[in-house]
Amino acid sequence: MYTFSNRLKIGSLVLMALGLLGMGIGFISAPSTVEEAQAMVATSHDDGHGGGHEAADASHGAAADAHGEEAGHGTDHGEHLLHQLQNRPWSAVYIAAFFFFMLALGVLAFYAIQRAAQAGWSPLLFRVMEGITSYIVPGGIVIFVILVLSVMHMNHLFVWMDAETVAEDALLQGKAGYLNPTFFLIRAAFFLGGWIAYREISRRLSLAQDKSDDNSNFIKNFKWSAGFLVFYLVTESMMSWDWIMSLDPHWFSTLFGWYVFASMFVSGITTIALVTIYLKSRGYLPDVNNSHIHDLAKFMFGISIFWTYLWFGQFMLIWYANIPEEVTYFVTRIEDFKLPFFGMVVMNFIFPLLVLMNSDYKRVNWFVVMTGIVVLVGHYLDVYIMITPATVGDQWYIGIPEIGAVLFFAGAFIFWVFRALTKAPLQPERNPFLEESRQFHY
Amino acid sequence: MASHYEAPIRKPLVLGDKGYHEVSVDIAAPVEGRANKQWWIVFSIALVAFLWGVGCIIYTISTGIGTWGLNRTVNWAWDITNFVWWVGIGHAGTLISAVLLLFRQKWRMAINRSAEAMTIFSVIQAGLFPIIHMGRPWLAYWVVPIPNAYGSLWVNFNSPLLWDVFAISTYLSVSLVFWWTGLLPDFAMIRDRAVKPFQKKIYSLVSFGWSGRAKDWQRFEEVSLVLAGLATPLVLSVHTIVSFDFATSVIPGWHTTIFPPYFVAGAIFSGFAMVQTLLIIMRKVCNLEAYITVQHIELMNIVIMITGSIVGCAYITELVIAWYSGVEYEQYAFLNRATGPYWWSYLLMMTCNVVSPQVMWFKKIRTSILISFIISIVVNIGMWFERFVIIVTSLHRDYLPSSWTMFSPSFVDIGIFIGTIGFFFVLFLLYSRTFPVIAQAEVKSILKSSGERYKKLREAGKPLYEMPKTLAEISAAGSVEENSERAAASRENQVNTLLDRLGTFDPITDKADDLKRIKGIGPQMERALNQLGIYTFAQVSRMTEEEYNMLDEITGSFPGRAQRDDWAGQAQVLNAKKQ
Repeated sequence: MYTFSNRLKIGSLVLMALGLLGMGIGFISAPSTVEEAQAMVATSHDDGHGGGHEAADASHGAAADAHGEEAGHGTDHGEHLLHQLQNRPWSAVYIAAFFFFMLALGVLAFYAIQRAAQAGWSPLLFRVMEGITSYIVPGGIVIFVILVLSVMHMNHLFVWMDAETVAEDALLQGKAGYLNPTFFLIRAAFFLGGWIAYREISRRLSLAQDKSDDNSNFIKNFKWSAGFLVFYLVTESMMSWDWIMSLDPHWFSTLFGWYVFASMFVSGITTIALVTIYLKSRGYLPDVNNSHIHDLAKFMFGISIFWTYLWFGQFMLIWYANIPEEVTYFVTRIEDFKLPFFGMVVMNFIFPLLVLMNSDYKRVNWFVVMTGIVVLVGHYLDVYIMITPATVGDQWYIGIPEIGAVLFFAGAFIFWVFRALTKAPLQPERNPFLEESRQFHY
Repeated sequence: MASHYEAPIRKPLVLGDKGYHEVSVDIAAPVEGRANKQWWIVFSIALVAFLWGVGCIIYTISTGIGTWGLNRTVNWAWDITNFVWWVGIGHAGTLISAVLLLFRQKWRMAINRSAEAMTIFSVIQAGLFPIIHMGRPWLAYWVVPIPNAYGSLWVNFNSPLLWDVFAISTYLSVSLVFWWTGLLPDFAMIRDRAVKPFQKKIYSLVSFGWSGRAKDWQRFEEVSLVLAGLATPLVLSVHTIVSFDFATSVIPGWHTTIFPPYFVAGAIFSGFAMVQTLLIIMRKVCNLEAYITVQHIELMNIVIMITGSIVGCAYITELVIAWYSGVEYEQYAFLNRATGPYWWSYLLMMTCNVVSPQVMWFKKIRTSILISFIISIVVNIGMWFERFVIIVTSLHRDYLPSSWTMFSPSFVDIGIFIGTIGFFFVLFLLYSRTFPVIAQAEVKSILKSSGERYKKLREAGKPLYEMPKTLAEISAAGSVEENSERAAASRENQVNTLLDRLGTFDPITDKADDLKRIKGIGPQMERALNQLGIYTFAQVSRMTEEEYNMLDEITGSFPGRAQRDDWAGQAQVLNAKKQ
């Protein structure tokens, strides 16, 4: 049995407290009027990079001239700015909440695949995975609450929830059959309900298998996992359209669901590797050897490349065809987010590619941990780049609200996951592939 | 590789009482034997189809592309449909040998050789189309960036059609190397067993002097792993690049970002279906049921089911996003697919690709060989129509209604397609008679962990190998005379049972035949048989596997030889001639 070390517990609580503080500061410092917002932008620009500001202003002025509506533009601009700045703390919370939820969901998908594929190497890690997936319950509830608050107009994350905007926008009216608040929440509840249900059923069967004297629970679990994967294939795509793609409601991409999947899958696997290495270093997983770590690292390596493949596929096709209604998505990202946008490709692709290519390095714990951390930060950035341009736009900054939200959810994640790990023995006892996993050597 | 321990609940991958020797014998049998009549019939049909296709190609090139059913609007149809279809089929081979190797799937070992052969032969078919669909194929070499006399006029690297050139040529060459490397130990096995000098010469040439030393094996495995690691991204990228031909365009119905992974999934889907079709026949014709088991068929069906579901998911995604996009051209493209003049092809594609693989959820169906065979063909029809639908329905109605049109193929379009099918089977049929169709070296590597015989021994708690008892050991166990007496008695018994089964030779009524006329029986063997009381073709012709084994046991020389050379079959023929 695993006991939650006091240091880790206190550490996670401290993270949560610091995070709450940061998030609080974010919400308090958000402007409430247009003037305040404009003043904030003016001061921050004076503080920071005065040089570039004038040039940007000049081009802005030229653009406004071209519109020929200078009078109306001033207030429009201010209101737009206000919404962006007000969105920033919300957006920060939403990104962090989704990111940590995505880790648990990615692990759940990996876990189901391992069960459905009857993998021989991984049963020793099932309890670790089950511990991580326990987070989808609180994490899912938090996301749902944020979505409900959005529907209640507590924020402006989803433009299409704003009846006034929709009234002026023919495109959004056309999508109202899908993008309407009620249906949106029903879908979210359906996805979350399905995922959580599988997680709970599978966990129960997994524990029951340890005590039973035949393989019936194991077989049931196999069937549930196969069924879940079908459900997941469909709902994961829809979830990504709902929760992320609809933030840019004018934009669409058929690949988007699978792209989000790759991101959550690789970061989920990375999380398994990190938690396993931690538990092993504390002596809790005596039968896990470096071949298991090697396999996890191979998955990190392979799925990182797969993520890049999808990232490139989506980016290149839209860049190549350059159809105006699609390409704005990447135009804003490249203009306003150049460093994080291309930086994440380095972190999510080039770095793991170079570091994890070598077979020996994949067995060295600190190499895997180091790469894992870079990959996780990279995929946080990935989620950030998917969400922020639509909510905050060029007013983005990674500051106290963002870091606070990450700290809070990281603390909650660690607390919940390691608490769940104490609830059952860390090694299953009666899985028919357990002996294979124990003897696994690559 | 993975350890030798295997969970008892895993089903055996090699059925029957097979040891290492039996594996060699079974796999070498089709290569060492002669082609039967059916083979020649099928081969002739394929050859005729191929020659017909060659005629159509010559006609096209000499007369012009106008002989096809293309028009100004639909300027890609059967040519590129067939191209993508063949490339897609070619993907399963590399997938099976590379991706399943990376995932340590032992069941791939019985099917990878044929799947790779299929890859190579179908990529060859695919490779024809980019050349013959050109208006001026004799200038095809201009796609290669070589310095030239036009002030070094180069190609534009922005075109996915150029990427295709690189993708397909790289894919073919890497697959070929990967396949051939894997063949070395198997060719060496055939070489070492060959009796005829010509055969020996050929297989010595192609096996590159493989001697199977430890160092060779170690490097062999490393190379396989590296090639698998390279082939996996290659497989993904090749079909991705093929999908870019469409996805980079601005045509509604073509320009969509899901194409890269969705084409790859479709390629695996159709490729596995083709492997399924071929292997179900091959296991029967070449007597390989012990190696390509129902479990293999079931697992392939599961892959078909999974990729079919992914493809289905992509279809639905495309439909939903077309609606969601609010782009009327995009919406019309899908409305046209479902309800336009080619609705039947869309319906066919949907039923074949989305509905048919879903029946594999039932274990009864996915373990049924007949239904698997039917579905595998249905899937390939569906996947042909998928490409047809994507290409033709998007082209024949797009932005300007004034350029809307229809497409119907000419007999040349159809003839070339039939020709490639013929060519494919010509190659595949030749392959199946000259190449070891199962990677014996790999099958042997899993025999002890996954073979039925060894699984049973392990279950019974017996050792996997026992030294055969020598005469000396037997005598050491008891007194010499007693033992030799007992041995003689048991030998007499065995001979009697054997003769009971084959019939005895009566020197008064019967006449002894010249047994040496049977291939594989020399003067020494003839003497040995005569000593046992076997003198006639009639007797030999009654031998079956059981009798062969008894004979082997009694004579103790050349085990398995009689069966391999099919003495009974030969004797039957000779006996018939005599009468």
